[in-house]
Amino acid sequence: MEILDLSKFCMRLGDSCLILAHRQSEMCSKGPFLEEDIAQTNLGLDLLGQAEALLIYSAKLEGKGRTADDLAFRRPEREFYNFMLTEQPNTDFAFSVVRQYIMALYLGKVYEALAKVDDDVLSGVAAKAVKEIAYHERHLGMWIKRLGDGTEESHERIQIALNELWMFVGELYEEDDLDLKLQEAGYAISGEEMKAYLMEKITAQITEATLSIPESVYMTTGSKKGIHTEYLGFMLTEMQYLQRAYPDAKW
Amino acid sequence: MSEVKDTQGQLWEVFIQSKKGLPFKHAGSVHAFDKEMAIQNARDLYTRRGEGKGMWVVPADAIVAVDASDEESFFDPSNDKIYRHPTFYELPEGLKNM
Repeated sequence: MEILDLSKFCMRLGDSCLILAHRQSEMCSKGPFLEEDIAQTNLGLDLLGQAEALLIYSAKLEGKGRTADDLAFRRPEREFYNFMLTEQPNTDFAFSVVRQYIMALYLGKVYEALAKVDDDVLSGVAAKAVKEIAYHERHLGMWIKRLGDGTEESHERIQIALNELWMFVGELYEEDDLDLKLQEAGYAISGEEMKAYLMEKITAQITEATLSIPESVYMTTGSKKGIHTEYLGFMLTEMQYLQRAYPDAKW
Repeated sequence: MSEVKDTQGQLWEVFIQSKKGLPFKHAGSVHAFDKEMAIQNARDLYTRRGEGKGMWVVPADAIVAVDASDEESFFDPSNDKIYRHPTFYELPEGLKNM
């Protein structure tokens, strides 16, 4: 594995955290009640912290003199490598819960492997993130169960969210050449292992919540090549507004 | 008294223990619909900055409080009985948290 491979790997992971954090930040002030509003915002803050650490490291390994801010605010849509799942909008509370829950499962497993690698920066970031993500899984899992096994309305809405988002799950265990190199170096688990883990966890949680796994077989692909759904562009327009309108602005 | 229906759930009081062995102190309150949600909401509001090592949440209506009108009969009689406090002892050096 070459140093640039590791840089790219960190960028992919950092991008997923960043975009997920931004989506989560949009929930600020829109929670169903005050306590949950704070909880949702806290989830976003955890992810933003992880994104920052990963993008700082990615930029450093890349060695082109870019900073984490450059990566976040000066790349166009096609140069972002976050999973399509992370950019899906907060259509309603159920969508946010499903999106964040599935990503929490994924990130938990990724960080678990990274916490053991022989790289002080990455293992340090991962060791801290594992604890944060464990809480995300618990909190969001609670909501999956609560909404699924709640009222007729909440059950229907979260089943719809699950159905609509399901096609984006395939990317989480898809592998390309870079993934294989990282796996060989012991930085990541195989796609097969990830798929088995996700399916087992999701199935258990969904069943407990009286929901059902969608039957759709079509899974999207492309975010590892910078291909995205229509939503990312709109999000970046807002997220990168300041740098686009006032390049190099300082305050 | 309340004309507006409260949709935020029940009120819970939060108690935090800053270190193992120390008493739990009241930190504030949260709204939640059940125990699990109460402890999670309390965590998000009160323990994200290293405030503690232990936490309790208690339904606010399970707490029995002294009515303000009973204040005199409950608290005033002890005003002139300073000997009820162990203030006449010298504390051994190095003793903390007494």
